Amino acid sequence: MPPQLRDPAWVSRVFWTSVALVLLAPAFVLTEFRPWTLFEPAALKSTKRFLADFFPPKIEAEFLLLVARECWRTVAIATAGMALALLIAIPLTLLSTSALSISALPGRMHLIPLFIRQATRWLLIVLRSVPELVWALVFVRVVGLGPTAGVLAIALTYGGMLGKVYGEILESDESHATNTLLRNGAGRLQAFFYGLLPQSSAELTSYTVYRWECAIRSSAVLGFVGAGGLGQQMDNSMKMFQGGEVATMLLVFMMLVGLADYASARLRKVLA
Amino acid sequence: MNAPAVKPPAAANEAYRLPPKLFSARCAACWFLLGLAALTFASFWTLDLQWAKFLSAESARRMGKFLAELLSPSMDPVFLKKLLIASLETIAMSALGTLLAVIAGLALALPASRTHAEDTAYWRVPTRLILNGLRSIPELVWAALLIISAGLGPFAGTLALGLHTTGVLGRLFAEAIENAPPGPAYALRVQGVPAGRVFLYSTLVQILPQLLSYTLYRWENNIRAAAVLGVVGGGGLGQMLAFHMGLFHMSETSSILIAMILLVALVDLLSYVSRRVLQR
Amino acid sequence: MRINVEGLSARHRAAAARAPAALKPVTLNIAAGEQVAIIGPSGAGKTTLLHALACALQPVSGKLALDGIDPWQISVARLQKLRGRLFLAPQSPPLPPRQRVITAVLAARLPRQSLAASLRSLIYPIHIAEAEAALARFDLANKLWDRVDRLSGGERQRVGLARALVSSASLWLVDEPLSSLDPSRAAQAIDSLTRSAREHGATLITTLHQVDVATRFARVIGLRDGELHFDLPSHDITRERLTALYAQHEHELHGAAPTPGDDAPAALYCR
Repeated sequence: MPPQLRDPAWVSRVFWTSVALVLLAPAFVLTEFRPWTLFEPAALKSTKRFLADFFPPKIEAEFLLLVARECWRTVAIATAGMALALLIAIPLTLLSTSALSISALPGRMHLIPLFIRQATRWLLIVLRSVPELVWALVFVRVVGLGPTAGVLAIALTYGGMLGKVYGEILESDESHATNTLLRNGAGRLQAFFYGLLPQSSAELTSYTVYRWECAIRSSAVLGFVGAGGLGQQMDNSMKMFQGGEVATMLLVFMMLVGLADYASARLRKVLA
Repeated sequence: MNAPAVKPPAAANEAYRLPPKLFSARCAACWFLLGLAALTFASFWTLDLQWAKFLSAESARRMGKFLAELLSPSMDPVFLKKLLIASLETIAMSALGTLLAVIAGLALALPASRTHAEDTAYWRVPTRLILNGLRSIPELVWAALLIISAGLGPFAGTLALGLHTTGVLGRLFAEAIENAPPGPAYALRVQGVPAGRVFLYSTLVQILPQLLSYTLYRWENNIRAAAVLGVVGGGGLGQMLAFHMGLFHMSETSSILIAMILLVALVDLLSYVSRRVLQR
Repeated sequence: MRINVEGLSARHRAAAARAPAALKPVTLNIAAGEQVAIIGPSGAGKTTLLHALACALQPVSGKLALDGIDPWQISVARLQKLRGRLFLAPQSPPLPPRQRVITAVLAARLPRQSLAASLRSLIYPIHIAEAEAALARFDLANKLWDRVDRLSGGERQRVGLARALVSSASLWLVDEPLSSLDPSRAAQAIDSLTRSAREHGATLITTLHQVDVATRFARVIGLRDGELHFDLPSHDITRERLTALYAQHEHELHGAAPTPGDDAPAALYCR
């Protein structure tokens, strides 16, 4: 075969595939990845028993009322946490995004803004690197059991996450309009409101709503360490092997998330 | 062009020159935002949030003490070695869980997307229901459930991550497929190419950067999740954290937290670099 | 492929149902192996006609027969098979930006390739020589391994034409193949296209904005306002006929082709 008809990318493709396989092999060992254990008789038996326990789900009025109350608390923790998270994320995003850098317009960013941007980014990284469950453990020790720890945990972690992704969205978008505004002497906030925000508002909103869904899921999980909400009840029921109660709560929880999903779709349609 | 220009009438107070009213009864967005505000207000109102306690001197002192304890991490080499293994286990769990999810997610995203106007997409609704179900149950709950079948340890954690992430990625992938520019796929379809090959030869390359960035972002997320799954017995750093925090071993706890932050920062750096490489 | 069109009218998919059809009833007969240029001002229905011939648009009324078969009377599976014998090159080349030229060209082979072979070809391209030969026709052999988004607009358009050579189609429908080429390149590209079509025994129908290039085709069809304005051998095309065809659109007769997208009928939305 003449050389011009040989795929020049072939060698690097083979190389990178082998690298990936070599790196992945130990992962199977470390995670004790043995799918066949799922189908051993003992495992199958306990799976069957637990699944049989799931049915029928418990639907006594008193229990349903309790679930409904915990449901609302879960949503409330998520919403309050998101509100505080936005208070953290928005200023930090504006500080950290290089799309609004005036000194970077001609080429390189100046040293001081560069430093501020990097410092803000590090702050965002630290905020979201600590899982909300760990923040919740910390705050449960400080303010005691209850929803306060949950709200604070969500606020800090989600503030970091939103800040990071907002920054990415703003920087990945077409920078032409914003740069033109900045070049013509507009301030950073003016450029943000007239160039950057209209361009990416749909994406920002849809991401925020998506995060709110995630926050609802998180706040349910935070209950496992004592921060209130549906999770705490689920933890109790699991510890007492009440499969029927767990099933009810899982179903309610899925409906909750489904509702949030619907709300997010509606909101995006309205704002698009 | 030599007709005299008609002078436009003064526009200052003509109704049709005014911008549309900001708030009108039919403005769905306004109602939605109003609802959102009400929801937020009600949330703060009904939760018995203990701001007084949180902002008190007592709590500040406790917080300070806690932070001070955290500032002296354990440097015991035996412990550090255990920590390293747990970190590797966490990464392996997240990587494998994400990989499983990418495969399953892509497989489910294809039936879950409507690629063109005439696509009947019979499987769109049922597949999306499955994806929603997988996604709406958090990893931690999946892990708690899977421990019954798979037993304590990282395997249950990996599967839990895989199941939840399949739901997340499947939905994102399906949206990426539906939003891909239709031109190239159309040209192949008009030629009578079956749907699978149309996807492979036109849609996939177009959305590949998007798939990769979703995957990397989810992987990053999964590393945190993997770290936490240990709390219910899913292996990794979380199992160590739950153990040492429960016994008030503050210096060990501090080392574990530092390891977690370093881990996520490292992944963040890698995902940033790879994105840069891909964009070139 | 032989084409018989009888009273065919069609409407672009994006247009509202009540909108007037972009193509009013047209009757045409094109013999196998014939080469036809379609000219006319913007909005004349050239693209709509091409899409209707490519079975991409179901006609509103009238009959279409390809080799005597009405594509809208046969089963979906047979229609898919028939589509494998058609090749439609849209005006803006339908090449995914991050794909390599070789893959983009070989994609035209897909209708006659098994799924397994298609997958293999993604890992290591098969039929490299064929793709290279097709690209060489358009002076692009050296771009074989480049990524599509590294090419200029003109190069992309020629890659889109090279795809036709790799396909096994017996009817080539090419929409504005020259819109982003300079005049000398345009002449060369159209020569390569017509010669290759002749070698493949394929019927070639192309819409054109360049009236001077259109006269290189044996037969020229003029469309105006969705109606057949003339259908003549190219030596019968006179200045007067062209002027009548392009009345009120004179700038298009002399000026450059409009940018891609101008030709697509605008979708009508009501509040």
